[in-house]
Amino acid sequence: MQPTDIKDPEYFHKVVDCQYACPAHTPVPEYIRLISQEKYTEAYMINWESNVFPGVLGRTCDRPCEPACRRGRIEEEPVAICRLKRVAADNKGEVKPFMPQGPFSFNGKKIALVGGGPASLTVARDLAPLGYEIHLFDEQFKGGGFMRSQIPSFRLPESVLDEEVNYILDLGIHTHFNHFVHSLEELLSQEYDAVFVGTGAPKGRDLPDLPGRNEGAKNIHIGINWLANVAFEHTTNIGKKVIVLGGGNTAMDCCRTSRRLGGESVKVVVRSPYTEMKASPWEKEDAMHEDIPIVDNHVPIEFVVEDGVLKGMNFEKVTPIIENGKRKLVPTGEPLVFIEADDVLIAIGQENSFPWIERSAGIDFDKWGMPVVDTLTHATSHPKVFFGGDAAWGPKNVITAVAHGHQAAISIDLFCRNLPLTQRPSPFVNLVSQKMGLHEWAYESDVVNDVRYTVAQADKKITLSNRKTEVELGFTKHEGCKEAERCLNCDIQTVFVEDKCIECDACVDICPTTCITFIDNAEEDALRQLLNMPALNTSQDLYVSAPLKTKRVMVKDEDVCLHCGLCAERCPTSAWDMHKFLYKVTKAG
Amino acid sequence: MTFIKPKFRHPDLPKNKLGYTLSYYEGALSTLCAGCGHDSISAAIIQSAFEMNIEPHKLAKLSGIGCSSKTPTYFLGNSHGFNSVHGRMPSVATGANMANKELLYLGVSGDGDTASIGMGQFVHVIRRNLKMIYIVMNNGCYGLTKGQDSATADNGSISKTGIVNQFQAIDLCGLAIELGATFVAQSFSGDKKQLIPLIKAAMAHNGFAFINVISPCVTFNNNKGSTKSYDFVRDHLEATGTFDFVPEMEEITTNYESGERHAIKLHDGSFLQFNKLDSDWDPLDRFSAMKAVHQAREKNEIITGLLYLNQVAMDLHELVSTCDRPLNTLKKEDLCPGNGALATINAGLR
Repeated sequence: MQPTDIKDPEYFHKVVDCQYACPAHTPVPEYIRLISQEKYTEAYMINWESNVFPGVLGRTCDRPCEPACRRGRIEEEPVAICRLKRVAADNKGEVKPFMPQGPFSFNGKKIALVGGGPASLTVARDLAPLGYEIHLFDEQFKGGGFMRSQIPSFRLPESVLDEEVNYILDLGIHTHFNHFVHSLEELLSQEYDAVFVGTGAPKGRDLPDLPGRNEGAKNIHIGINWLANVAFEHTTNIGKKVIVLGGGNTAMDCCRTSRRLGGESVKVVVRSPYTEMKASPWEKEDAMHEDIPIVDNHVPIEFVVEDGVLKGMNFEKVTPIIENGKRKLVPTGEPLVFIEADDVLIAIGQENSFPWIERSAGIDFDKWGMPVVDTLTHATSHPKVFFGGDAAWGPKNVITAVAHGHQAAISIDLFCRNLPLTQRPSPFVNLVSQKMGLHEWAYESDVVNDVRYTVAQADKKITLSNRKTEVELGFTKHEGCKEAERCLNCDIQTVFVEDKCIECDACVDICPTTCITFIDNAEEDALRQLLNMPALNTSQDLYVSAPLKTKRVMVKDEDVCLHCGLCAERCPTSAWDMHKFLYKVTKAG
Repeated sequence: MTFIKPKFRHPDLPKNKLGYTLSYYEGALSTLCAGCGHDSISAAIIQSAFEMNIEPHKLAKLSGIGCSSKTPTYFLGNSHGFNSVHGRMPSVATGANMANKELLYLGVSGDGDTASIGMGQFVHVIRRNLKMIYIVMNNGCYGLTKGQDSATADNGSISKTGIVNQFQAIDLCGLAIELGATFVAQSFSGDKKQLIPLIKAAMAHNGFAFINVISPCVTFNNNKGSTKSYDFVRDHLEATGTFDFVPEMEEITTNYESGERHAIKLHDGSFLQFNKLDSDWDPLDRFSAMKAVHQAREKNEIITGLLYLNQVAMDLHELVSTCDRPLNTLKKEDLCPGNGALATINAGLR
């Protein structure tokens, strides 16, 4: 194998599994370390700079970082990264002084943002301090988009959302609330230098052809619309018996909200097996904790309506079988199952909808009715129009929308400065030794054995009686510190300098997880098998040195390295050293 | 702060026939200098015991005084141990072995502990062919007292302070072969590929197994001009062959008749398989082994590998016809045969 080029920032970036997995590439270990030092304000600001909504995401993020966490490969449970973010948000001090301070001198460019969700707000935050005049349009009377309309208050208190939305609006954003943009062409005819479309995926899927759909329409609701009506207090109650169709996170929010609006017997009914449901495991657990059974392998057949009143639904029982490598749901042949219901919520997915974009506006759409958007620059066939968030490539999540916002802001800035959109700024990277002396490192290098701490929840009696009472209490400061200490500091990199190595094997002998081997070089596949512990996780890289004096090479399997620093500790010549690696995605400007 | 070895190990760590992973054979975290050759030898011992499926409670590790003699703390944490008086490890090993021949005895000593203060003990334990493994971690200096030349420092070797050694070195392997040791090997701490099969073969040997391991003192004897530094040893290594230890149960498929491929069947039915690099040398012939050692010294080379093996000689238990059972299992009836037996003996003397 060729020697690893550690000058390429992406090599060490990939070693920081959590940060690499995060769409916005938040420097996770950096802020977790600050939490363990009780520096909550600093931890919050690292998050704010990167993911814009730490308080919101610390409660509701889809957490792509946690399945990636190295700790999950070494013991069972990853670090509770998401809930640690909330610890920073809950305990922070005054943060406004650390944010950009307006008024900013106008640079002469006006930008329109359509939709007031996380993608648009991120664009606003990145561009406003650069002097852009930002105009934000949203049909609701407050910003936040789906963070407000779809995430129930018992998961995300309105005050937290308001606070973080206002940090952005306070940068001098011109808001046009209660304003539905009906025409892109009309918007383009006004004097905007660029338009950003962050309108999300606002259309909930329906089951229009299911018998009884029209007859029972009064008690059959589209999940996301119903959640929005609850959030804006147009809907305040629901029947005692509720069926929620669907297995995603929206279904979980629907069923739990139903329990709070009068639903006594609420059931989630899903076509696929339980294990294949799209909802996050923790959301399923929370729903079941609130006495909501999840009935899987049931396909909806019809709405049962008698005398114009919805009585329930009939379902066909199916069983999953694997045929030609594909999973199929095959009817079991049992009689239809009738489940009673006063109301049915359909939460089987959502899709994009752009009725307000004229097909003559100059934006190419593909055969599925989706805009053609460049995955790097977020540009469309219309030079002034950029897309991001769910509007660009369909429904994802808040953190992805934020990541899109950052990239779109970069493109808009480049566009307004007449620079090529492909000229993306390099990431900010820093690599600095942590050695302070004998047995002394600038980071807490010992690996704690604690298992993951659980977040306490408020009493069910209280939370079910008020939809605005937050269920999760969050970690206490003490729990936050303990959980933060579980972090393995994957950003403290093991850096190897070949010409200092005397091949004494001290690192090989001390490494607790047998990551290091000195070996004759070979091709990667062969090398992976020949190491002291075969490196079978091919998603993790091998760190290979240039040939040493004995013609062998040092090979380190990054897979289960604990970043404990013992290799550097036991190295007599400092050929190994621990360096803190900081990687920040550069923002617009 | 670091210096606590984390509890976590590689999740896929293999298990040996006893169901233990390598970590079960580990000891406490070493407090020797970073980069000390002794730590590599400790790691080789851990690996050998793991691969030999040794039940930790069936092994006793014994040592004297010195950096080398600290190492038993750093390996086989679940085995018996005795850290004895300076140079007196062979006596303690002899006593323990006489009392219970069911354990495997692993003696660890250094060049000071063996070639200076313990020389008398060393030569006598060889003479008696006590069944044990005797590893010398040889760094040519007194590392624990700031690096003075030891009795194994080569003539002409330059110390860290720049002083040239005027005295002749004691060649422990040559001495051991001369005195009739039945298993003599020499190796280098930085070459585990060779060291591990040698330790495993020594564990299988029925008699005194001596391994002299050159183990650089990274703090006091790793300078230019030293003949026991990492660089010097690597440049002057002359292996007698490449070695592989093959347990008895494994089928040997290689054809040994052709070329220079050899296999020696060991006492317990296992094999030491090797590829001879020096055609003049025959490890089963004492004169040939002596000659190889002398020639290497002449040529300023460090000869490594198995140098000499004698499987014919009887070990101490056989020589003095001891009882098979550990002494602590002998009951009064075993030790005191009673009046009848005494009367018979007395009658025989009339």
